[in-house]
This record gives sequence, structure tokens and C-alpha cells, in this order.
Amino acid sequence: MKFILPIILVVATAALMVLGLFVGGQAHGTIGIAAGSAVYTPQASTPEQALKNLLVDVQRRNWDRALTDVSKSSITDKQAFIQDWTGSNGSLRSFSSLEGFESRPLHITSDEAQMRVRLHWATPVGPLEDVRDFHLIREGDLWKTVLPKIQVPSVPAQVIPVTYLRWDLVSGGGADEWGSKNVDAPHVRIISMNAVDSAEGALVMGEVVNEDTVPAFVNVNATLLDGAGSTIDDETSFDKINHILLPKQVSPYRIDFPNISLKNVKSVRMDQKATLVPASADPVIGVMNQKIESDLQGKSVLHGDLFNQSGQTVNISHVIVSFYDNNAKVVWVADGYEDRALLPQSSEPFAVEIPKSVAPKVQNFHVVVDQYSLGRS
Amino acid sequence: MHRLLLIGAALCLVACPVTGEAQDLRVPASVIAGDDATISTAGSGKATFYLLGPGVSRKSEVNLGEEIRLRGQELRNAGDYLVLVCTETCHSGTFYVIAAKPASFAFLVHPSRVPVGLGDAVSGVAFPFDQFHNLVLAPVTVTFQLTAGDKSLFSKQVRTQNGVAWFRTASGKSAGLLQVVASLDDLSAKRAVQQVASDPCNLRITGQRIPNGILVQTEPVHDCAGNVVPDGTIVTFSATEANGKSTVDAPIKQGIARAQIEASGATVVSVASGVVMGNELRMEAKP
Repeated sequence: MKFILPIILVVATAALMVLGLFVGGQAHGTIGIAAGSAVYTPQASTPEQALKNLLVDVQRRNWDRALTDVSKSSITDKQAFIQDWTGSNGSLRSFSSLEGFESRPLHITSDEAQMRVRLHWATPVGPLEDVRDFHLIREGDLWKTVLPKIQVPSVPAQVIPVTYLRWDLVSGGGADEWGSKNVDAPHVRIISMNAVDSAEGALVMGEVVNEDTVPAFVNVNATLLDGAGSTIDDETSFDKINHILLPKQVSPYRIDFPNISLKNVKSVRMDQKATLVPASADPVIGVMNQKIESDLQGKSVLHGDLFNQSGQTVNISHVIVSFYDNNAKVVWVADGYEDRALLPQSSEPFAVEIPKSVAPKVQNFHVVVDQYSLGRS
Repeated sequence: MHRLLLIGAALCLVACPVTGEAQDLRVPASVIAGDDATISTAGSGKATFYLLGPGVSRKSEVNLGEEIRLRGQELRNAGDYLVLVCTETCHSGTFYVIAAKPASFAFLVHPSRVPVGLGDAVSGVAFPFDQFHNLVLAPVTVTFQLTAGDKSLFSKQVRTQNGVAWFRTASGKSAGLLQVVASLDDLSAKRAVQQVASDPCNLRITGQRIPNGILVQTEPVHDCAGNVVPDGTIVTFSATEANGKSTVDAPIKQGIARAQIEASGATVVSVASGVVMGNELRMEAKP
């Protein structure tokens, strides 16, 4: 009697595993491992299967087998291929893992195919998506992926003089009478605020400036109030802000209130908190060639290049953009993380998507870059 | 112990018929904190004496008709005191201990950092205390003096009201250390306020073509009073050309902000710092 339940559980588990395999194998249209059921097929007789093989191997970090999925006509080497997928120089990619992917054909003939893949990465800053196009060709009976030449960033040896500029913080002694010798918190001001409804809920966004002569760690909070003055919800800008603002620096902020409609909101109470922090004025990151274009999917995207003007590697860059309408009102704030490290005196492209509902209103934009460098505060 | 005495005295006041005639118990109207005091009693025989005050309670046996001596140590805290002398009946009296002469003062100045040329921007407040840390409520004169370098900016004598003296004034014209001194008789306290440059004024840029773009830099950045804007202040350069825009947030270093911008076509470069805009620079396309 006491063995019946374990036996039932084992049988049921085995049955579900078999069922899972069959259901996964029958999936059409979307392939990948979003459901955790990817199976490697040694003989890739279709472009979908060939690409899936490559991505499954990349996901498992089975580099040698992954390279057998690549066409010999590809102009790449193993080291560059690995670095392309695993990142380098402490970049966000090097702390990320490929969680899943979905692919769809753009164009297929009997000998070649163009596939678009949506890659889902698990990263320390949350899930990120990346879209890549792959070119595949048929070699005999098998399909193989053709990889373009992978440019591994390298920087020539050089000396870059930097006038080192940083603020350190010395805390006062505990013997102060009533804290009379303390240093005041930085003076920070919200210079614009706009509350809008979106499909996901209410949004409060705008810009904040550090008006002081010292760096500030800034957080913007918003509280939604109903007609009776009661709090509906309160949230902070979390990572939709450049937290460390140097003197006179302006940052966009966005505060999301999921599943809340503005029609229930009577007023919004804003509150910014600023703390004095040690900070460095380096590195300086320029944002070059900014322009709004439509991508292949018809979405409006702000493209540009981040140019690291300093002599140190920036491991993770975070781009935050405020978009303005023709009245210079902030109508949208978007952000994105750059998954490749910014080497000294080098550039990396970035792209930030603009929602369809906002894109027609956008007349201008302002990009700020927050950065994280290993071993530096 | 203190609580028990308080309860005992309260019970005594309720239970004992309190006659409280002044001729039976003579107490001083007020006593200076830390000074000895005496209470006169009438009659004869033994009695129980209670002293209740801020942070003090004492019970002792006394002889009626003799003076009861209160030591200065018992009267350190300013405030109302209650005395009770009980035999079969209780007699009570009250007196007030006032703060002694100022022996120290707390001095608060706000803010610690202020832009130059701002009205009513600097304020200070002083609270005089005696040697027992009682707030001195009796009016005393506090002198506030503000100096920047060797130059005196402000001097004012203020009488305390309810133990507080304060001032409010504009910040000076020059960036640097502002010394704020409050003095009271031979006591003084010194605080420092850092006067910093205000917003940049007449922000002007110059630029030149370099092989890989444009090098733009500001002229030395000053505020409207001519103070050098501190290093580290962010200056935003924006270069707009036909096919896009480039921006650089560059910190001022040694008085000048400098940025390298990738642009090859005809370009308009503008500059801003915080909410202050500067001039525009039009550069021809790269030949």
C-alpha cells in the first residue's frame, strides 16, 4: 500500500516528460527554448533547425559543436565567436546568460535563408531582449549559419592624460552640537513633470537637475492621491534615472504605476531625495550620431553611438533618454543597457525604442549616460 | 525611588488637609540655578519635608521653627519646584528656579553651502545656556558678525526673545569661506558657510575642426558676479547636423569644459549648463 503513491508519482512524471518532448517537437512558427524543450538535431535539414542548433549550442556554451553549425564561408575565428556571445572586459554580456530565443524566417529560398531571432537574455539588470538577423545557406543536405566578420574591439597602446577630478566626503564628528557642523544635502530640483496613461498603467516622468556645486545621489518619488487626498500608490524612479548627478547635470526620470489609471487620480505629490555622495567626473561619455529612424519592423528607434572619451574601460553603460514634444514637454522617457563594454577612446552603438503612440509627437530628445566601472564607485 | 516619592507626595496632598498658610512656610519667589536657598518654617516639633522639582525629589526629617537649607546641587534644573512640610497636616509652597548667567550657547547656521548673491539665504540662531544647560530665558544680547576674508559683511546685535536670538541675511558677492561668529559677553562660537559661484553667466564656446570631428570648449566659465564656476560642473554640448545630433556632458576642468564631437557636415553647436543656455556656434562642413 505504501508504495502505491510513489509509483503513481514516478509514472506520472515520466508520462509528463514524454508528453513534453512530443509537444515541443510539434511546435511550429516559434522555435527555441522558451518552453525549455529545445532538442539538438544532428542533421539540420531546414534553416530553422540549423539556427536552432547553433543557438542551443551557444546557450549551452558548447563552442566546438556550435562552430560545426557555422558555414565554412564565415569569416570568423573561434575566439572572436566566443567573445561575441559571452562578452568581455566585464561588460553586461559577460554577466548574462541566453535564456531563450524565438526565430522567424524573413526570406527563404531553396539554397539560402534570412532569419530574424529575438534573443532573451537574463542579466543582473533584469531581462533584456536583443534582435539579430542571421544568414543561412545550404551546404549539401545540411543548412549552416553564415556569420559575418566579428569585430573584436581593441585599443592601441596609448597614454591618455586625465585631470583627475573627484569629490570625497568627510563626515563630521559625533560631538557636533545638534549637527551644527554638518554639510547640507545637495540642492536638487524637479524641472518638469508629466503624468500620462499608458497600456501598462500610469506613468510620471520628467527631468531633475542638480543645482548645487557638489554631486548628489538622487531618487525621485511620486505619490498618487485620490479625490479624498488618500494615497493610491507611491513608487520611485528605480533605474529610470541617472542616480548620481554631477553639478548642473540634468537627468530624465520615469516612475511607473502598473495597473493604475490616471482617471482615478486627483493629484500627484512629487518628492526628490538627494544625498551627498563621493563621485568622480570621469569618464566622459559622448553620445554621437543620434537620430530617430524606423527599424525593419517599422518601429521608431533612437540610434546613436556611445563614445568613451576617457582612458578607462566603462563596463556597463546605461542610456536614459527624455523625448520632448514641440512644446518642449517630456512625453516619454526610455532607457536601455549597453551589453558591451566601452573601451577607452572607442564607440559602441546603442538603440532605444520609442512606443508607437508616442513616436509621432517626438520633436526632440536628450540622452544621458549613466555608467558602471568595475572597481570604481 | 523618584516615582515613589512623587506618588507619596501626591497622596499626601490629597489625603492630608493642606492648610498652606504663607506664614507657616515661607519660600523664596525664585532662585538662581545652582544657588543655595532657605525655607522658613513656623511651629515646633518634627516634620517631614518633601522637595519636588524637575529631575529632583527629596524627603527628609526637619525641625519646625528652623530654616530648611536647600543646597545648590539640588536646584540645578530650571523650572517649578514644590515643597511640602507635613506633620498631622501638610503645608506647601512653590518657587521657581531660573537659569543662571549664560555659560555656553548653541549656534546653528544654515545652510553650510550657499550660492553668492542670494537674498535672505544665510540664517543663524543662537540659544544661550547656563552652566547647568538650562536655556537662559532672560533677555541677553548676542552679536552676530559675518566676514568674508578680511571684509565685514554684516554685524548685528540681537536681544534674545524667550531664549532665542536669530538673524537672516543675503549671501555675499564673492565665492569663498564666509565666517559667521556669534558672541555673547566673553563667549563666542564660530561657524563657516561656503559661498559658491552661482549659475554660469555668458556661457560662450569656441570650436575648431580636428581630423575626427570638432573640438569645442568654453571660455572660462564664470557666474554673473565674476566668480569662477567650480570644476566638475557639467556643461552639455550639443552638435546638430543634417543627419543627426551628438551630445557630450563634459565637466569643467580648470575653469574650462571641453568636448570632442564627431561631426563632418555643417554643424550647429550649442551649449548649456543646468538650465542656463550659452551661445551657438555654426561650423562649416569639413572640406
